[in-house]
Amino acid sequence: MLSYLLLTLALLSSAAYYLGRNRAFAVANGHIRNLHSLPGFYGSYTALWCGLPALLVLALWVALQPSLITDLVVAGLPPELHDLPADRLNLVVNDIKNLVNGNIVSSAPNPAILEAANHYRNLRVIGNSALWVVIVSLALAGLAYSWNAIAPTLRARNRVEQIVTLFLILSSTLAIFTTVGIVLSVLFESILFFQHVPITEFLFGLQWSPQTALRADQVGSSGAFGAIPLFSGTLLISGIAMLVAVPIGLMSALYLSEYATPRFRAIAKPALEILAGIPTVVYGFFAALTVAPLIRQIGTAMGLQVASESALAAGLVMGVMIIPFVSSLSDDVINAVPQSMRDGSYALGATKSETIKRVLLPAALPGIVGSILLAVSRAIGETMIVVMAAGLSANLTGNPLAAVTTVTVQIVTLLTGDQEFDSPKTLAAFALGLVLFTITLILNIIALRVVRKYREQYE
Amino acid sequence: MSTTAIATDLGLKPAATAATASRSVSSVEVTDYDNRQTVGKIVVDNAKMICRGVNVYYGEKQAIKNVSLDIGANEVIAFIGPSGCGKSTFLRCLNRMNDTITTCRVTGQIKLDDDDVYDKSIDVVQLRARVGMVFQKPNPFPKSIYENVAYGPRIHGMVNTKAELDDLVRDSLERAGLIKEVEKRLNEPGTSLSGGQQQRLCIARAIAVHPEVILMDEPCSALDPIATAKIEELIDELRENYTIVIVTHSMQQAARVSQRTAYFHLGDLIEIGETDQIFTNPKHKLTEDYITGRFG
Amino acid sequence: MSKPNATAVPTASRDIKTIVNATLKRRHAAERRFRWYGLLAISLGLIFVLLMFGNIIGKGYPAFWQSYIQLPIKFDAAILDPEGNRDPHAIENADYAALVRTGLRALFPNVEGRVELRALYALSSSDAPLELRQQVMAHPTLIGTEQEIWLLASATVDTFVKGNIDRQAEEDHRPIKDNQIGWIDQLQATGKLKQRFNTILFTSGDSREPEQAGIRGALMGSFYTLLVTFLLSFPVGVATAVYLEEFAPKNRWTDLIEVNINNLAAVPSIVFGLLGLAVFINFFGLPRSAPLVGGLVLSLMTLPVIIIAGRAALTSVPPSIREAALGMGASKLQMVGHHVLPLAMPGMLTGSIIGMARALGESAPLLMIGMVAFIVDVPKSFLDPSTVLPVQIYLWSDLPERAFVERTSAAIMVLLAFMILMNGLAIILRKRFERRW
Repeated sequence: MLSYLLLTLALLSSAAYYLGRNRAFAVANGHIRNLHSLPGFYGSYTALWCGLPALLVLALWVALQPSLITDLVVAGLPPELHDLPADRLNLVVNDIKNLVNGNIVSSAPNPAILEAANHYRNLRVIGNSALWVVIVSLALAGLAYSWNAIAPTLRARNRVEQIVTLFLILSSTLAIFTTVGIVLSVLFESILFFQHVPITEFLFGLQWSPQTALRADQVGSSGAFGAIPLFSGTLLISGIAMLVAVPIGLMSALYLSEYATPRFRAIAKPALEILAGIPTVVYGFFAALTVAPLIRQIGTAMGLQVASESALAAGLVMGVMIIPFVSSLSDDVINAVPQSMRDGSYALGATKSETIKRVLLPAALPGIVGSILLAVSRAIGETMIVVMAAGLSANLTGNPLAAVTTVTVQIVTLLTGDQEFDSPKTLAAFALGLVLFTITLILNIIALRVVRKYREQYE
Repeated sequence: MSTTAIATDLGLKPAATAATASRSVSSVEVTDYDNRQTVGKIVVDNAKMICRGVNVYYGEKQAIKNVSLDIGANEVIAFIGPSGCGKSTFLRCLNRMNDTITTCRVTGQIKLDDDDVYDKSIDVVQLRARVGMVFQKPNPFPKSIYENVAYGPRIHGMVNTKAELDDLVRDSLERAGLIKEVEKRLNEPGTSLSGGQQQRLCIARAIAVHPEVILMDEPCSALDPIATAKIEELIDELRENYTIVIVTHSMQQAARVSQRTAYFHLGDLIEIGETDQIFTNPKHKLTEDYITGRFG
Repeated sequence: MSKPNATAVPTASRDIKTIVNATLKRRHAAERRFRWYGLLAISLGLIFVLLMFGNIIGKGYPAFWQSYIQLPIKFDAAILDPEGNRDPHAIENADYAALVRTGLRALFPNVEGRVELRALYALSSSDAPLELRQQVMAHPTLIGTEQEIWLLASATVDTFVKGNIDRQAEEDHRPIKDNQIGWIDQLQATGKLKQRFNTILFTSGDSREPEQAGIRGALMGSFYTLLVTFLLSFPVGVATAVYLEEFAPKNRWTDLIEVNINNLAAVPSIVFGLLGLAVFINFFGLPRSAPLVGGLVLSLMTLPVIIIAGRAALTSVPPSIREAALGMGASKLQMVGHHVLPLAMPGMLTGSIIGMARALGESAPLLMIGMVAFIVDVPKSFLDPSTVLPVQIYLWSDLPERAFVERTSAAIMVLLAFMILMNGLAIILRKRFERRW
């Protein structure tokens, strides 16, 4: 339905373009130089007038119609349904919608609900017809208005350019809206969550078992939402990952920028960057099905107790994933150290490794720290590897051979599966998301600052 | 008249034929130095470094053409010439700093005392400890003043105790004429100093390893006149203990600090001799044109 | 200036040459060691790439073949069309499983007893009757004839034939029993059990039965999702890049936009999933599991990548071209539209393709918006519930059957092939249109 409407609108707009252009030729008496702008601009002007207002109204309508209809249907429900508590009412509304869409319904539909579904269907038909009428007439009105307005003195180019510039500006603000959207969405749900669970208990509690608080009458009373085990698990796995990624990434970068021949570099650098392009789900699969059993076998052979979903396996594989991240960032940083530093050291008789260790690394240190911080933030936010290879049990332990869980794993587990949206269990996921967002944001801001300062130092 | 045309007029090899000429030179002509066109006496009695038939190529391009000259012990020798004449390239051959450029190839012979600098048995680490270098732009390491000077002695294992190192650092700073200015702030970063001070710090850093020869690549070009004067004064004092090779494009500077001067032009060594003679009575037309300011 | 104190230079008496000489051996050893570490680090990274690829390809390539059993099927009119009037409805609802069972019994007439027979019937996939129905529906003339027909074997048989079940293991510990092994051996000996190219993998949607599971649904889901992503993020990304690079004044507001873009590029992908769940699904009421919502979320994630690449492409266009256009009397927008943008377009496309490749591999945010459901049907529009390829991999990787491990690896190979294709395209584009100013 919607696609036909959009298609109609597109056809109308292109028609408007030609009408506008021809009109411009007509009012110019065939001499383009009489016009303020090129005829094409008059065409675009007409097309924009035809399509844009209609499109805006269409977007608004589509966004509002479902909730409006739902409200009307709910208002029309018989009182015994209408006065149900909010969550039960929600179920009823869901049933009605399912009926309308021809899906399977949870229970045998009672007549009131069937009637409501009919009502819903009728309203929808009315709404859709009205939408067609409104949109098409709006488009035609816009077309007529702008077609009439075309005159040699109309500054069509400026008008069109204003609109295009407006589009550019609006596009660029989308980044801000996204950030605001993220902040608001996690913040609101988190605030709701903190009404159930005190923020101090969430941040400093040592027990995490959201499953215990599932029953509605138990809300907030005995649910264990202490996130410390998640934080420690996240730290443990990220720590292992950094132990792998930092030395290997840094040494690779140093070798590639200071020792490697151009040919070796041309081959090895992209080969290493393949690691960055592999989807994380692939790493997760490899960690869960190959690395974890391998570590377990080795551990058992050495007489160690190894969990089948050990932190070590997830951490190792995550570390490998981050290697190219560390190495390419460090590479940039090391190359930013001026050649004169190296020359000064070589001229004193230092070997390459002495120069690297005593001059290059200290000089590049702030930049390298910045890159490592970015890598840490990447490790903390990584999801698929840990979802697939780390466990669900929230153990508070520093043992890399034990199973731990992380913030991201818990967000995924809490939000996949069927549950009511407003239960503390799902809200907890948003609180975790808030923590995750805040920490990575802080890390990123610090890292970007440090790296930028460092760059300026050598510019 | 273009410079190439001048060169042809004077019977010099034009640059275009350099590539073909180089092949014959590379294998031979360590003894061929008498035949080349350098005007003046290239040989000295107490030579510290001896260069014979040196050619330098960057890929296909020849940057230095069959240059031979001696560098006397405890003398200051200046290399002058217009930009791109190869004087810096030649300087960087003397401690093999050109090794860092992969396309660069050097043929001929350069000797430091009795050691052939380009011999396989020569360790470039050791060579550079013996032949120090100061660069055009001051390049102190991003460390403290103390650590900058201590860097060389540390990597070469020259001292065993902290006290010895302290003495060595203070002594080097004193020889570089910097001690009074930095005595109280040895732990501040080297980059906090002024340009002239930074350059003297780099000189202190170079002499801390007790090199035999110090190469200076336009050491004052980034400095103001007062700082330049200080460095020139310092060079004169250092001559007592070191052999100094200085590249400069200030002819006045060459005249002030050096005993001998060599004039390079398009990769050729045109003329070499006592500084006084070069500046008052140049024998070659090109040298005369350059020092009278006709080009450069 | 005081004369340097001779005693202050303890080393002056020693020659620098000998001092350095003494340290050379140790220092060169350290140098070699350091070099070695560097080489080792790179090798470790590369070895891991090889190991992982080798492991996945080794596990996944058998999935491209699938076991089929040739059965003598008697299309008995009494079963298929008892009324004899070729009523399509009756034919559709006939007991095709009986045909398969008869066929199996015809091959092994000696098998008797309920348990034994059930084991025999288990050789064939539950897809076999459906396949027969399809054939009969398409060609009703089959009724009454007898044909030798290749039918899909069950996953257990397939796994056994591929050598992934140990024949020597104790009977209770393996999913395939001794009598079944005997039948399989017999079938193989008579050439009635063969491996054929596994088209099901590419033509069908998800299934609980490994031998019937395919990635078609996930591929279509990925296609719709990426289409939405591209249609949204490319124009907006290019517009933003153009605005920031060509029009925006340098002030606090544009600074804020820049900081925002840089930070968004580093926000964990799962947070975008939370945004999608809270805003698109709960606030705007868009349907769960829909490619439309997935595309919206992924386009927000991809935007920073496209913007950053786009700005880089724009800065590489030399200012002289802008000056030339403005000098000819073009408006600023005309200058950008006619000259700068076409020149920067290859660079922008390259960046966008790389961004798309990343979006193709992304799964975490899609888990949040319900694209993890078990969906059998292949999606046909932007609003149909669907999943995407990486999420399908995630779903399958949880299933214990060997046949699913195999298929997971095969799906990964397909995913990687697409990623290589996209990145290759980006590289070709860059090489082809690379310009040195």
